[in-house]
Amino acid sequence: MDRRARLPSRRSLLQVGAALAGAAALPRFVQAQSAAPVRLGVQVHLTGIGAAYGRWYARTARAALEVLNAAGGIGGRPVELVFEDDATDPRRGAEVVEKLATQAGCEAIFGTLFSNVVISSAARAGELRIPYLVCSEGHHVASGALNRWTLQPGITDVKSQVIAMAPWVAANLGRRVAMIFPDYAFGHDHRDFFSEAIAARGGEVIARIAVPPTETSFTRYLPRIPRDTEVLYHVMVGPSVLTFVKELGTFYGRGGRPEIFGFIDSLEGVDIAAPGLAFLEGTHLWEGQPRYLQPDAPEHETFYRASVGVGDSGAAQEDPRDVSTYAHMFSVWETLFVIKRGMEAAGYRGPADRSALVEAIEAMEAFPAGREHPQGDKLFNGRTHQAFGHQHISKVEEGRLAVVHTTSIEDGLYPDEVDYTTRSF
Amino acid sequence: MALGPYLLLAAIEGLVGAAVLALTAVGLSLVFGVMRVVNVAHGAFFMLGAVAAWFVTQAVPGPPWVGFAVALVAAPLSVGALAVAADLLVLRRLDYAPEPTIVATIGLLYILQALALTGFGPDARPVPAPFEAVIQLPWFGVSAYKLAVVGLAAALLGFVWLGLARSRAGLVMRATRSDRAMAEAFGIDTGRVYALTFGAGAALAAVAAVLIVPISQAHYLMGGDPLLLAFIVVILGGLGSLRGTVVAALAIGLGDGIASVFFSPTVGKIVATLLVALVLVFRPQGLFGREAA
Repeated sequence: MDRRARLPSRRSLLQVGAALAGAAALPRFVQAQSAAPVRLGVQVHLTGIGAAYGRWYARTARAALEVLNAAGGIGGRPVELVFEDDATDPRRGAEVVEKLATQAGCEAIFGTLFSNVVISSAARAGELRIPYLVCSEGHHVASGALNRWTLQPGITDVKSQVIAMAPWVAANLGRRVAMIFPDYAFGHDHRDFFSEAIAARGGEVIARIAVPPTETSFTRYLPRIPRDTEVLYHVMVGPSVLTFVKELGTFYGRGGRPEIFGFIDSLEGVDIAAPGLAFLEGTHLWEGQPRYLQPDAPEHETFYRASVGVGDSGAAQEDPRDVSTYAHMFSVWETLFVIKRGMEAAGYRGPADRSALVEAIEAMEAFPAGREHPQGDKLFNGRTHQAFGHQHISKVEEGRLAVVHTTSIEDGLYPDEVDYTTRSF
Repeated sequence: MALGPYLLLAAIEGLVGAAVLALTAVGLSLVFGVMRVVNVAHGAFFMLGAVAAWFVTQAVPGPPWVGFAVALVAAPLSVGALAVAADLLVLRRLDYAPEPTIVATIGLLYILQALALTGFGPDARPVPAPFEAVIQLPWFGVSAYKLAVVGLAAALLGFVWLGLARSRAGLVMRATRSDRAMAEAFGIDTGRVYALTFGAGAALAAVAAVLIVPISQAHYLMGGDPLLLAFIVVILGGLGSLRGTVVAALAIGLGDGIASVFFSPTVGKIVATLLVALVLVFRPQGLFGREAA
């Protein structure tokens, strides 16, 4: 367990304990709380298969918190974050939501990535009637599968990502695609929506290879890639992603290979220049936010990068071997600032205003690029609870990632599948 | 891909799996054969071997093969020493009673896992292979290191067999296995034999992990699958039978490799588990085990 992540919350619990103790609806509390801290829960994958992400999500959340509090917190009140590890485990995830909501007294919970954890936790958040803001990319929010309390304002969902990029893949890499993806909700989103999107461009997915997310050996899956594949589409998660790309490289060896288009997920937290990865040269990767500092990076990009402590090549400033999950972790930062804007717009004072907070976020339509949204501008659809932003396609050149194409937000829009605002709280 | 190359790849993958599995399972089998202890912490010793290999290769300067060679010796020795300590501090005090030792080794498993999480962290960390070379076949490339793993594991297994069959230590172990009271009557310090056997079993798991870690990275949760498969192999081969263990590891490893290339890895695991169930029904003592007295 990460003790450092929890200790501050316990200490602060003692400091403000008296003020907060069980006073959800007392008028005295409402008066006394004007300067009391706003407490937010961060559900984080510190252990289990999502650990590489969790560590960086926690770091990003702390950095965002510092910036937020330095600028006056939320409505003049300081903000505290309570970190709780869910071990990337769906069952534990639901328990964490309950603990943050009931024991830690959090006003809202955010930061969850892995979609299996999101799905089980969202149900609990709905029962407990606490705003639950996820950073998972899964289509489960916009598909209507979850509930009114669950929102995804910090990152574009997979469906939108692949719709936006499929035309570029079909036009520049090829139309006969073999897909390798993790065998759970997140991977299935890739499988289903990319298949649809490439078919709409006259392409075809000729093989779908599902790999269990806990797998540690991948060579055995690779012979199922058909010989006449033009594009190999890979997206992998978990602690073994480096093994996956290495074995892919060994499998193709010095022989011919198809074009390779992957999601950076397969390489998050992994140094592109690691031994055995030379074959990635010339391949393409999706990035939510470019890991390597691009020549035309705006000020808010460099500000965010420096605040989190990430160097120009995407690794921790203090340890160049510690590569961040840069393409995804901006979502935690941006989500925190969405909560701030939502709480301020709702005049948030306490748990009684939780549904007003959800309504305030639902009323938002766009997030401008800037220090609060360093990945870029986004549209927000309050009916589907989903944000839509720009996507980047980067090419591996001399062991670095260079952006070769950025999609427009409109490229990734699709018709609404749900209107959460018509659902009851 | 045509059937021939497909089968070849499946066989290579299966052999690598079988080689590492055989080493791990022989360690488990040895401990059960001599001590009658079901060691649930065996997977944790496997994981510690990989973690130790990471620390050693980080600490040793020079080309990767130097660090790997040091790890190949240092990791099993340190994990073995830890296991000896666990035997002396825990198992001996329980008098090796079957149920308490199972519970104790489960506890040990959690303690070792938590220690690895604290000291090593939750991330998967790569250990460089002693050499990076790809053998290019017409249809696909094969990592030369994987083939070396098969050879090294076979050599180590031969060494273990020689040790058990020919050395004095092996003789003492076999004597203790067949009749502890009689062995004590002949002046053998069976307490020491137990401690060293437990250490040797853990060291075998650790050395298997050192071999596989350049392929699959060190991670604090990596002990689960090897433990399960090692149990399957030991049950299939007959508890305490070295030959049975190796044959069963080959069957499971190759079967799993081939089944998972043609169908899916889940099917491979289902077949293996089904095989165990069938063996337990028709030959409860295992393929090569002797009837229980």
